[in-house]
Amino acid sequence: MESTVTYDSELNLKATELRLGLPGRDEYEKQTPPIVRSNKRASSDSAEESRLKSNSSVSDAGNGDRETAPAAKAQVVGWPPIRSYRKNNFQPKKTESESVGIYVKVSMDGAPYLRKIDLKVYQGYPELLKALETMFKFTIEREGYNGSEFAPTYEDKDGDWMLVGDVPWDMFISSCKRLRIMKGSEARGLGCSV
Amino acid sequence: MTYFPEEVLEHIFDFLSSHLDRNAVSLVCKSWFRVERWSRRRVFIGNCYAVSPERLIARFPRVRALTLKGKPHFADFNLVPHDWGGFVSPWIEAMTKSYPGLEELRLKRMVVSDDSLELLSRSFPNFKSLVLVSCEGFTTDGLAAIAANCKHLLELDLQENEVDDSRGQWLSCFPDSCTSLVSLNFACLKGEVNLVALERLVARCPNLRSLRLNRSVNLDTLRKILMQAPQLVDLGTGSYVHHPNSEAYVKLINVVKSYKSVRSLSGFLEVAPRCLPSIYPICLNLTSLNLSYAPGIQSTQLIKLIHHCRNLQRLWILDCIGDKGLGVVASSCKELQELRVFPSDPHGVGNAAVTEEGLVAISMGCPKLHSLLYFCQQMTNAALITVAKNCPNFTRFRLCILDPKKPDPVTLQPLDEGFGAIVQSCKGLRRLSLSGLLTDRVFLYIGVYAEQLEMLSVAFAGEGDKGMLYVLNGCKNLRKLEIMDGPFGDVALLMDVGKYETMRSLWMSSCEVTLGGCKALASKMPMINVEIINENDQMEENPDDGMKVEKLYLYRTLDGSRRDAPDFVWTL
Repeated sequence: MESTVTYDSELNLKATELRLGLPGRDEYEKQTPPIVRSNKRASSDSAEESRLKSNSSVSDAGNGDRETAPAAKAQVVGWPPIRSYRKNNFQPKKTESESVGIYVKVSMDGAPYLRKIDLKVYQGYPELLKALETMFKFTIEREGYNGSEFAPTYEDKDGDWMLVGDVPWDMFISSCKRLRIMKGSEARGLGCSV
Repeated sequence: MTYFPEEVLEHIFDFLSSHLDRNAVSLVCKSWFRVERWSRRRVFIGNCYAVSPERLIARFPRVRALTLKGKPHFADFNLVPHDWGGFVSPWIEAMTKSYPGLEELRLKRMVVSDDSLELLSRSFPNFKSLVLVSCEGFTTDGLAAIAANCKHLLELDLQENEVDDSRGQWLSCFPDSCTSLVSLNFACLKGEVNLVALERLVARCPNLRSLRLNRSVNLDTLRKILMQAPQLVDLGTGSYVHHPNSEAYVKLINVVKSYKSVRSLSGFLEVAPRCLPSIYPICLNLTSLNLSYAPGIQSTQLIKLIHHCRNLQRLWILDCIGDKGLGVVASSCKELQELRVFPSDPHGVGNAAVTEEGLVAISMGCPKLHSLLYFCQQMTNAALITVAKNCPNFTRFRLCILDPKKPDPVTLQPLDEGFGAIVQSCKGLRRLSLSGLLTDRVFLYIGVYAEQLEMLSVAFAGEGDKGMLYVLNGCKNLRKLEIMDGPFGDVALLMDVGKYETMRSLWMSSCEVTLGGCKALASKMPMINVEIINENDQMEENPDDGMKVEKLYLYRTLDGSRRDAPDFVWTL
């Protein structure tokens, strides 16, 4: 997760971490095993080290590759041989803005207390709704109104209460001020449009 | 032969589609050369710097379809800096003047700007097909120009490109008069598309056969599209997320059930659990299935799905299928010809969920297998020997053991014997990628047995110059050799410099070649561009000839050193 990475690099927790294992070995570092190596390889050690170190600068060079290897994982550039497009696709989508989250309050009718979630963590509506379902232990009816159901709504910048799912995701997270999961009769006629 | 008028010759040559055949024909005599030259419509250029656009146009004045490849293959793995090159704009600019009849353009690993796309869309009134694979440098604005201006567009196929979404409505730019689309693939776009415009576009294109959607296209739109386009043969779904009990799901099931035409299925970029059974009714018709971008599918669901796909010829999946899952593939998919197993953890630092067992099972169950890309945790010599025996028809064999230099875990030996068995058994092998612990011996085997080998990829392998020499001396058909982290140096590089004129290119990174060696090569071979990529500043002052070269890329060319090389690329 992103927050762990920044945390790590600021406080350098790795250095003070207590672990079982040989001192000086980082479990994430891709150490080329010294088992079978001719003498000729010795001189390329330093080249490899600088490749390990310069990995993040290569990634940052705007290589069409928006991922930066997390500080804890020192990886060899070019290995494993997976297309950077494929690698990027598996990354949580990084938005251009700062890494501060968009925290909004979530209330559910009938629940004794509110929760807070970071909208930036989700890539789209399906994930958000799944998370809300898990958090409050209920089911959101995705299509139409079906008995005593819940409908997720949100308060937008203008103070209006809107049904979740109508506008594109990016527009939603920039205009959502708080979430409210409506229940029962108030949800009549509303279905989640996602 | 000289009694045939040229029109007859041209008519006969029309039947020759292979450029190898046409090349042979053009060598027969001057008049055949002339006729062939004027009648060549399709040209493939594997390295855009091997010839200049002007030379292409001079040689073949009436080309209608061009394929160009730009950056070296290892650019896929971030080994080539961002601005290295591979710009398409000089090609498009030259062709606007000389190829007004251009119909098709296919680009791989090239830098394409919006301006180029705009120019393309306005300059070629018969333009029909644009295929961009692993390209970059353009935004959806460029796509909007293509959509708006190419009146006879049949195909727009975007595969794995890095595209910036500039939030325009590019899909809406297809005019109402556009009804000719046969193939539309925008799966790699990350942004939203106008769903209504998409539905309308599909509805008015009755010839649409191939449609691959991106993540923003939801299930409901998919259902509507399927109803409008019952003739799709190749479908890539976008988001496949819905509540299994919902009305939409029921509607979808009914639509899918009757959708018998689909042969190729991909996508599932987002997947809700328990919804894959909706696909089962069409599985028997599938010959191609790509679930490698669907990390949301758990292995049990994956296995159940594949079990239904008894006619699969091509399968791309993630390694979460596991060895047992591959066993199911082996027992279900007897027609399998191509298999790719990608790591679920793309950084590969975690554990891949497949081992040699899965591969052996596949080889036993799928005798028609000829193309393999397999990322795995480990491999044994015994397994490779068994695979070689079971599947002698491999044309492409790419094995990636995620831990570099990993030996056979059972015997702790290098994997020389295993790969040796592969090259010895598979007489038609054209492409090979090695991994694991390997000595020079594997290269000896390759040099001796791999007669048809055209492309070899090597990483962390070998002991010394001999290894590389075995390959260069032995593989007569070698076109591309790419090596990362190898112990090969100037001796290997310089032993037979004439060899490089028979090859398309050589890549060596983190090897032992020195600046002096590269200079020597460059001075002996004027028809080879020897490019050094160096990203360190220390090269600026007079560098020592003994200094190791971090990245070397050399390729044959008819037109000398390129003029668009950035500062960090030295052409010697």
